[in-house]
Order: sequence, then structure tokens, then C-alpha cells
Amino acid sequence: MSILILAEHDNASIKGATLNTVAAAKAIGGDIVVLVAGEACGAAAEAAAKIEGVSKVLVADNAAYGHQLAENVSLLVAELGKDFSHILAPASTSGKNTLPRAAALLDVAQISEIISVESADTFKRPIYAGNVIATVQSSDAIKVITVRTTAFDAVSAEGGSAAVEAVASAHDAGTSSYVREEVAKSDRPDLTAASIVVSGGRGMQNGDNFAMLYSLADKLGAAVGASRAAVDAGFVPNDMQVGQTGKIVAPDLYIAIGISGAIQHLAGMKDSKVIVAINKDEDAPIFQVADYGLVADLFNAVPELDSAL
Amino acid sequence: MKVLVAVKRVVDYNVKVRPKSDGTGVDLNNVKMAINPFCEIAIEEAVRLKEKGVVTEIVAVSIGAKVSQEQIRTALALGADRGILVETDVEVQPLAIAKLLKAVCDKEQPQMVILGKQAIDGDNNQTGQMLAALTGMSQGTFASEVVVEGDSVTVTREVDSGSQVVKLSLPAVITTDLRLNEPRYASLPNIMKAKKKPMDVMTPEELGVEVTPRVTTLKVEPPAERKAGIKVADVAELVEKLKNEAKVI
Repeated sequence: MSILILAEHDNASIKGATLNTVAAAKAIGGDIVVLVAGEACGAAAEAAAKIEGVSKVLVADNAAYGHQLAENVSLLVAELGKDFSHILAPASTSGKNTLPRAAALLDVAQISEIISVESADTFKRPIYAGNVIATVQSSDAIKVITVRTTAFDAVSAEGGSAAVEAVASAHDAGTSSYVREEVAKSDRPDLTAASIVVSGGRGMQNGDNFAMLYSLADKLGAAVGASRAAVDAGFVPNDMQVGQTGKIVAPDLYIAIGISGAIQHLAGMKDSKVIVAINKDEDAPIFQVADYGLVADLFNAVPELDSAL
Repeated sequence: MKVLVAVKRVVDYNVKVRPKSDGTGVDLNNVKMAINPFCEIAIEEAVRLKEKGVVTEIVAVSIGAKVSQEQIRTALALGADRGILVETDVEVQPLAIAKLLKAVCDKEQPQMVILGKQAIDGDNNQTGQMLAALTGMSQGTFASEVVVEGDSVTVTREVDSGSQVVKLSLPAVITTDLRLNEPRYASLPNIMKAKKKPMDVMTPEELGVEVTPRVTTLKVEPPAERKAGIKVADVAELVEKLKNEAKVI
């Protein structure tokens, strides 16, 4: 077996999600090849070569892949992927954008967001907002898979010494172009990789009140997340949304503040090791998954917690 | 221009489904069904584009059993002009759905296809991207803003790092994210009018598409249960527990 992994990167470095995806590939077993498709992405390719367990890095360095547009990268993945038994990518917005397109070009199904590898063709994945876990088996010659990164412990970013090989293919579908990006700047840890996450919901009442959570998060070295309700209400931007269709997190400690706990939110955080809920409604469903529940007005409890730390 | 909108019949988002005790499937007996919320956003976007004069005709397509007509009627009540049901009792998976939608696109020649980014039952998030691949169209996935200008469309996408804006040449596939719009409710007069709007029914065989599943579900099971937690009396007790019992801070 041979596995092609589409690396998550920003041309300069490899994103952590790639390390979890390599872990999933190791669970499948076989030769692991990482594809770095980008522009001026030599540094990312060098970093990929050092990842534990990677036997080869393919680097496609071309203007057509500069912003990793799905129309172009999927053509490359479909071309290179023909020679592999598995093609993997993290279930990030980037992997979700590109991989199904590549799967369709190869005329194979995709298995989305696997949480375990049962065998080379059989995997577990959550459906219905994680209320059901399905064990699925693929009959396709090439298995195209996105990986739920929180379900696989990252491999080491160091220790490997894979060969780096340039790929000349330049696919430019010519149907799309990059205009701009608005990247949320934060000194706090990445939401999906943080060991502690503090999240706020509708109960925060407005965006300004999130300052309380930022202060708390900075004391804990935590990332700040939000429920869909808080994002829809415009309190905070979309990249902070935790849930079924937002980001999936599984930190050591998740503190849900003013979040009622709709099933769609629980889908994004219930695999956290320890869950704390602070909510003034003692019947809020969030308390059913919380290890420690505090029924209190968050506007009293959060400042108190902040000063106690 | 003509827009095609795909709609899927799914379990209502408020329902917490459970696996059947024998693990062969999900218990959907007497469960409330509805239009997938992301598909509702797709219809709303098409209707708004029509109200702006950008779109001239909206065709709502659903794939599935005969009862999926209900969801097409909902789409018609919300403002779609006509419906197409591709009727099949086979469990159609995303690749097959994309192939069926491509066959419909070949007939209808839409300039834009709007779909939900994912259905809340299978949580696959694949169909739009696969349709774009099969038709060679550009794709604007996870859209939070769609602006049509001449023969191109500018799409703002919700991505992990924030937002990304791409410019796509038409025809294009758009998949909707939550913040694209807030869908309206169908008015009673519009629900009545929708009953008279045309709906074509076709089959995968008539469209020449093979829909045999490539992925087999071997079993389904409930997720691991979390053990019951405790309520703490105050912040001091919470901090004490987190430090000494859970040892996470």
C-alpha cells in the first residue's frame, strides 16, 4: 500500500493538522508520501521531509498552486493519486474544499472525517452531528479520505529525513482566481490545537463582553471559541465557531460559558477530556456533558474565576 | 440567468437520532423530516439573486424517494420556479448524486448551481465539490457572500483562518455556509401557489447514471457516553476541582 497525503501548509511551514493526518496514514500502514502544492513552498517541503514516518515528499511549486485553489490542486492530486492506494488530507476547510473534487476526478467516493482506522478499507466516522458512529467499508481501488485531526495523536514533526522530489505538472484550470484573504490575527494558540479552550455563547450578550473571555484565556494559555449563536449574532468572527459545521476541538479542558449546548455545538467539543460549563440556566443541555457544572450568572462567575487564577 | 438549487430531505435538525439496537441503521421511524438547513440557505440565496434581477429562473432539484417531493414543494413555496425530482429508492451517495446533478445540468445548462455545504445527516460535505469536478465548473465552497458581476461571481468563503475571497468564472458551483443569509418563511399564499408549479420526475436510468453505492455501512453505534459530571457550588470549588481532581490547570 502507498498513501498520498495532501499537506496543509502556508508555503513557509507545515500546519499541525498534517501531523495528525500522517498518524492516520500510519494506522493504515504502507509507504507515506506527502504532497506539498504551493508557490515558493520550498521551506514547507523541507519541513514535510522531517516529519516522522514520511518516506518521500513531492513538491509542486507553481504559481497555479499559490493560493491552493481547489480547481487547480485537485487536478494535480488526481494525476499523482492514480498511483496510490489511499489519498488523505486533514478535514480542514482546505482539505474539504479540494479532496472531494479530486475524488470525483478519479471516479471514486470520499470517506469524510474518519475517526479511526479499522483496516485498510474500513473506517469509523461520525454522522448525524456525532450522535451516531458509522463503520464504513470502501470498495473503490483508491480510498480518498479526510481525517478528523482531533481523533489521531500527531506524529513528531522531527526525526524524518525523506527525499524531496519536484513535480513539474502545472495544472491551471483557468476558472478561478484568488482575490484576498482576511486572516484573524491572534497571539493565542490555534483553536484546533490548543490544550485549553474557553468558549462563549449567546449568553455573552455582545462582542465587547468577550473581552472577559480573552482575559481568562490569556491567564490559562487558552484559545477562545464560540457557539454558532454567538457567531450568527455577530459577536465574534466565523473562524471561532466550534460545532458540527464549524471547528472540531478536543482539548484537555473546555470551558463553555453562556452556551446552552445544542447538539450541533456538542458535536464540536464533546470529545474534550474535561468539560466545564458555566450557565445560569440549570436545565441547559450543556450540563449533561459537563464534568463540572456551575449554575451561575457568567457576569459574576467569569471575573471571579479570572481573579482566582 | 438560470440557477439550479439542490435540496435534500433530512431528519429535522432538532431531532437527536439514535442507532437501531441491532446496529443496522439509524432509527428514523416517526422522525420529523425537513429540508436540510444548508439547502434552505441555498434556495434563499437564489431567490435573493432573482429579486435583484440577476437570476431569471430557479430550478429546485432533489434526489431520493418519492416523498422528497415535499422538500421540492417547500423550495417552490420559498420562490423556486419549478422542480425536478430524480426518483430512486437506492441509498444515493455523494458521488452518485453529483453524477445525477451533472446529468440534470447537461439538460438545463444553468449558469450557477447552489447547494448546501453539507447535509446534516451524512455530514459528508462532498457533493458540490464533486459536481464542480464532473462539470468542470469553478467552485465557491462555504460561501458567506455571493456577488455576481457580468460573467463572473465573487465569493467570500468561510475558512479556518478567517475568510477568503475568490473570483470565479461562470458557470460556477456555490456551496452555502451559515452566514450567507437568513432564510425566509414561506407564506401561506406562496405555499398554495407552489402546489401549481411544475415538477418533473425522472429516474437515474433515464439520466443514464449508475448509482450503486461504493461505500457500505457495516454497522452503526452510539458514540462513547460521557460519564455523568457534578455540579459545583461556586467558583472556588470549581478551581479546586480543576487543580486537584482533574489536574488540568
